[in-house]
Amino acid sequence: MRRGSEEATSVKRRMAEDGRDESVAADDDSQHTAEDGRNGINNTMVEESPTLLRRMEICVAEAEKRSGKNAVNMQETFTVYLIETRPMDALAEGRNPAPDSLWRRYSEFELLRNYLLVSFPYIVVPPLPEKRAEFVWHKLSADNMDPDFVERRRVGLENFLLRVASHPVLTNDKILHHFLTEEHSWKEVVYETGFQAKADSRLKALSATFRVRNPDKRFMDMKHYSDELQSHTSQLLRARARVADRLYGVYKVHGNYGRVFSEWSAIEREMGDGLQSAGHHMDAYAASIDDILEEEEHYADQLKEYLFYAEALRAVCRKHELTQFELEMATQDLISKKQQHEELSTGIVRTFSFKGMTNKLFGQEAPEQREARLKLLEELIEEGEEAVKDKTVECEEHVEKAWVDVQRFKEQKDKDLREALINYAVMQVSMCKKGIQMWSNAKECFLKM
Amino acid sequence: MSVGAPRALASSGQKPITEILHPLSAAEEPLSVTVGGDKEVGLTNGTPVETSSPASTSSLFNRLQLDDDLEADVRDPYADSTEMRDLFVTVDDPKKHVSTMETYITYRVSTKTSRVEFDLPEYCVRRRYQDFDWLRIKLEDSQPTHLIPPLPEKFVMKGVVDRFSEEFVETRMKALDKFLKRVADHPVLSFNPHLNAFLTVKDLNKRQGLALLSKVGESVKHVAGGYKLRARPAEFCAMGEYLDTFNQKLGTIDRIAQRILKEQSEYLTELREYGGVYSSWVGSEEELRRPLEGVAGCVTTSCGALEDLGDNMSLDFLPVLREYVLYLESIKNVLRKRDQSQAEYEGRLEAAILRKQEDRTPMPLEVEKCQDKVECFNADLKADWERWQSNKRHDFKQLLTGMADRNINSYEKSQAAWESLITLLQDKQTEDKTSETN
Repeated sequence: MRRGSEEATSVKRRMAEDGRDESVAADDDSQHTAEDGRNGINNTMVEESPTLLRRMEICVAEAEKRSGKNAVNMQETFTVYLIETRPMDALAEGRNPAPDSLWRRYSEFELLRNYLLVSFPYIVVPPLPEKRAEFVWHKLSADNMDPDFVERRRVGLENFLLRVASHPVLTNDKILHHFLTEEHSWKEVVYETGFQAKADSRLKALSATFRVRNPDKRFMDMKHYSDELQSHTSQLLRARARVADRLYGVYKVHGNYGRVFSEWSAIEREMGDGLQSAGHHMDAYAASIDDILEEEEHYADQLKEYLFYAEALRAVCRKHELTQFELEMATQDLISKKQQHEELSTGIVRTFSFKGMTNKLFGQEAPEQREARLKLLEELIEEGEEAVKDKTVECEEHVEKAWVDVQRFKEQKDKDLREALINYAVMQVSMCKKGIQMWSNAKECFLKM
Repeated sequence: MSVGAPRALASSGQKPITEILHPLSAAEEPLSVTVGGDKEVGLTNGTPVETSSPASTSSLFNRLQLDDDLEADVRDPYADSTEMRDLFVTVDDPKKHVSTMETYITYRVSTKTSRVEFDLPEYCVRRRYQDFDWLRIKLEDSQPTHLIPPLPEKFVMKGVVDRFSEEFVETRMKALDKFLKRVADHPVLSFNPHLNAFLTVKDLNKRQGLALLSKVGESVKHVAGGYKLRARPAEFCAMGEYLDTFNQKLGTIDRIAQRILKEQSEYLTELREYGGVYSSWVGSEEELRRPLEGVAGCVTTSCGALEDLGDNMSLDFLPVLREYVLYLESIKNVLRKRDQSQAEYEGRLEAAILRKQEDRTPMPLEVEKCQDKVECFNADLKADWERWQSNKRHDFKQLLTGMADRNINSYEKSQAAWESLITLLQDKQTEDKTSETN
């Protein structure tokens, strides 16, 4: 059942509309979903647009189990996902060409994302669906091979690709294109970019967080916000799982009425039929919770996406701290070099230095040495000035670009979560209606007793 | 229906004159009497009645007839056709009494009747649970061949249930009202002198004492035994089996209902915390403030609805189940007594036959009396059993329908809250969209 695709389609629709005033209909992958009728948004108009999504229809169509040898030459079973792409213009012309497709496993998606994280540190990079099942309530299995989990992951991966492909900056990345089109050589190409070397070390980043002096306040506020977002979404997910557990229990116990009514009806004359039928409705009531909770998982998945998004947001803020810190360090370094130069040339000691002390104690060095030192310092100062210039540019560029994307993210988050909450309310209404229906049916039977 | 002249104000025994209601007094008790103001007050055969004499028994009767007809749309099959009813009882108005020895609740028991067995057409007394219990014991003793309706449970765990809470008192009162109505509607029990005393005597305690003494001798008689039953008629066997199975099923239903209450209560706890998380999230958001607050609000509403559901089930559903379990026990006792009575007859008959064979003494009167007793017992029991079955059907129909209604109601409250949230949020959305494009 591809119910998640319905959600993905609406996300697609929104991503297609992002930043544009004119609404553009994105085609639905109707051949892959069970809900053909419901997704029916016909492709009327495709505009020239900056995002890949406009030019290409992307979907993660299937999942399959494979066996193979892993890195340490051990046998393992893993799941692969089929990515299908079709050119939009062909679809616009009414043709229906066969899609290009390739298989990817989760670890390759991870590799792509890591590449994007390093290459676009000023972008809030869309998250992947969770690696392992978390926040499960008891009926759901925490097994990665469980078909429901695999299905939800398939939807999550598709969502990831759609988000990336519709992002105004990420959409142009070549590696992304390769990922979608070149099955076998892609990994080599990624490694060749050398992105792994560019990654900031954890230690560096952490140290910067503690030692940076003047980070941009907006980014500090954003970082604080990302903590809040993470905390609330994870609390919500945990509480929701507990609620689901309890609700399951309530519904299932009602099934016992079904059995006892049936037994009781056997000893009754006029009351028998009514009791028996009522019992069946109680059974139906008890069974109805399964579908209800399955549907709610989609809500949980939406919350999870933003739980992980919070992490990505924090990463952008930390990158700012790092660039700012490096700028501060470079500036500091330049100042100290200039100071040294000044001291050396004027003889005025402003700050304590061992050289100064030894000079005092043992006499100053020879003029040639001094000249050499001054020369060196001047070179270093020149380098230092270059470094400060570079760092300043780096920092400012990061701030500028990052702020744009943070704003974009904020708007997206507000829209998405608002919609998720409305959908949640819709689900609750549906659950109430079902409950009323069941009990009304039972009531009718009771009245016939 | 007898339309007689109102009785003269006689000294009706123990009551002082000031407490006797004047038969011409239009003192309408503020009970559930909802007299249809627009309805034509008339006799059931269509003859209009002069409304100028409100105390005439016919108009009195008609007013009361309307009163009871307006209750429950499921017709109480226990009631004979309404033309026959001439005794109406109601239990209401609970009041707490605090004395040095104890604290207890009394209820007002109001009676309206045209029966000759009663001195007055109306009575109003206060009774406590003890008094109802006394009445029931008296009825059981004096009418052993009949099925006596159950009382609500006597004992309540003091730690668990608040005996003086509004809901508990309300539930108990409704059960006492039902008990009394059932007795009043029974063609035999309603004429029992103990019922009469219960309904009319101001201070029951004195009578209780006297009554107890005089009744001791009688109850001892019923313990006569030692006879073994030969052949129980099939229908009474069936009754016994039915009661056993039914008892089992009621027990199961009780356990299920309790389990559901427990699960619902745990669900409620988690749900409250869940709502709290939404509320606390509001603090760090701007645009999402309204939807988050809205969801928190709906969750709170759902919690309230669920709490009400649980309370209602505790107070209305479970006690009725337990009443019926007590009822079954008392019926089984009656069946046992019937068996005993039959056994006694068979025993005596056998002895008499043997004696007759020996010395040709005629069939002693005692044996014939026993036979009569058994036959009366069987007839009474059969009639009461049928009545009980249809009453039980009505009661359980009401009970289960009530349970369904309460659940529906709970869902409806929740649904309304969520739907209004959706409307609110979607309106805001279209509002935003139009302001964007403007």
